[in-house]
Formats: sequence, C-alpha cells, structure tokens
Amino acid sequence: MGSLAFESQTLSSETMAIDREEDIVHVRKRARMLAQARGFDAFACAALTTAASELARNVWVHGGGGQATLEELSDGNRFGIRMVFRDQGPGIADLERALQGGYSTARSLGLGLSGTRRLVEDFAIDTRPGEGTRVTITKWTRF
Amino acid sequence: MSRKGPIPILRVGNVLLTTIHIDLQDTIAAAFQEDVLTEIEKTGAHGIVVDISGLDEVDTHVARILAETGAMARLMGTRAVLVGMRPEVAATLVRMGYAMGAIETALDVDDGLRLLGGRPKG
Ligand SMILES: Nc1ncnc2c1ncn2[C@@H]1O[C@H](COP(=O)(O)OP(=O)(O)O)[C@@H](O)[C@H]1O
Ligand SMILES: [Mg+2]
Repeated sequence: MGSLAFESQTLSSETMAIDREEDIVHVRKRARMLAQARGFDAFACAALTTAASELARNVWVHGGGGQATLEELSDGNRFGIRMVFRDQGPGIADLERALQGGYSTARSLGLGLSGTRRLVEDFAIDTRPGEGTRVTITKWTRF
Repeated sequence: MSRKGPIPILRVGNVLLTTIHIDLQDTIAAAFQEDVLTEIEKTGAHGIVVDISGLDEVDTHVARILAETGAMARLMGTRAVLVGMRPEVAATLVRMGYAMGAIETALDVDDGLRLLGGRPKG
C-alpha cells in the first residue's frame, strides 16, 4: 500500500557554503523561499529563518565557516524543512551550558542555541572537541 | 550629511527617524551605530525613532545591535524608540527568550514620534 503517514520523504536537498558573513543572509533567504513555497505561515517562516540565521552565524563566528544543507520533506500530510549546519571548528566544550542559554564565549547574548531549540520541532546537536559541530533542525507546516 | 553606512537618518523636528531596510551585518551595524551617535551630537535631537517594519526577521544578533544602539543614544541623553516590529518577529524573539527589555518600543512611526513629542497629537 501507499506510504505511511509518519515516514518522511526528502523532496529536495541543496548545500550552501558559509564562508563569509554574507552567506548567513544567503542561507536565511533561501530558507525563507523554500518555506514560503511550501505554505509556511508568517510565524513559521519567521521561526525557521531566525533559526537559520542563528545557526549559520554560529557556523561562521564559532566554527570558522562550514556548510548548510537545506532539505524539503513531506510526511504525506505536511511539508517540512530540515536544515543541517556543520563546521570543522573547535566543537562545543560545554554543551549543556551552551544549550541552557545566556552563555556565550563570544560576549554576545548566548541565546542562539537555546532560542533556536524553542523555534523548531526537532533539534539535534552533535559536537566533538577539536572536530566540529553539526546541528540538525526540522520545522513542519501546521496540519 | 557625512554618513558612514547605507542606512539613512532623517530629521523630523527635534527627533531623528531612521528606517532599517537592510541586513545589519557587522560592518553595516557598526557604521549605523556611529551614524546615529554622530547625528545625535550634531542635531541635539532629544529622541530617535528606529523603524524596523521592513525587517521580516530579527535574530539575536540584530536584536542586540538594536538594543545596544538604544543604550548608546540614552547615554547621550536621547530617548530611542523601536517601532514597527512585525507580530511574527515579536513572537519569535519572545519565544527565544529575548524581550528587547533594554529599549522602548511603540507600534509604528507615528506612535513613536508622538511618544517623543516630535509630532503633535491628532
Ligand atoms: N558551531 C559552533 N562551534 C563551536 N562552538 C559553538 C558553535 N555554536 C555555538 N557554540 C558555542 O555555544 C555558545 C552559545 O551559542 P549561542 O547560543 O548561539 O550564543 P552566542 O552565539 O551568542 O554565543 C557559543 O558562545 C559558543 O561557545
Ligand atoms: Mg549564536
């Protein structure tokens, strides 16, 4: 029979470099285009693009550059956007603290990771000291 | 006017009005803050309205720059009011745990100017 409702299918995938500060804007604008085309409302678009800005900036500022992969998903009922941000930077030494919020090694607000986590449905982080960091987030259209 | 950055700053009576229509990346943000402070000194404006109705997304980096600009203006004795924040932007910032507590806000440019006494009621 047909596909199961919760089995998600990847409809498209593209990877963008984050080598310069302008690339943060490129990634965020691309995320907005995809989300708007898939029917995300203004609130979901703002959440997704803000998350994209935060994580792309982290790649650039803390990770020394890297890549973002943007994917369109479908689970049969809804569309989703998955974004993977990765870098080969120093990794996050104290992940628990970094996720708590209000902690920054760059003298900025320290609300990027903790805030992003609250904006999306799925949030996963894989970081290794000296090897790099990968953050994966997914946001879905409403039912 | 000898602006350093691409964001214009207008004078409305004794209040300044600036509309942010582009991304506040690091170099632009620094130039914008300098321009605001220079204009305040030059004009003796007692308030500044910062209109962000053109921004469909404000991350914590931009939020910090805006709040910082307000704090700098205040140190010079000038009230700064942030206006025009879109509903989805406000919702996103609050959900992230950031409420822009450091800067005054108003609904739109008219309200902001009125708040600063830069435009008569009515
Ligand atoms: N990609 C990354 N590589 C290394 N460290 C990171 C990365 N992302 C986040 N961090 C660490 O986690 C902290 C918190 O990140 P975040 O919540 O985005 O706040 P901020 O970027 O304002 O410091 C950062 O200060 C940094 O130490
Ligand atoms: Mg950050």
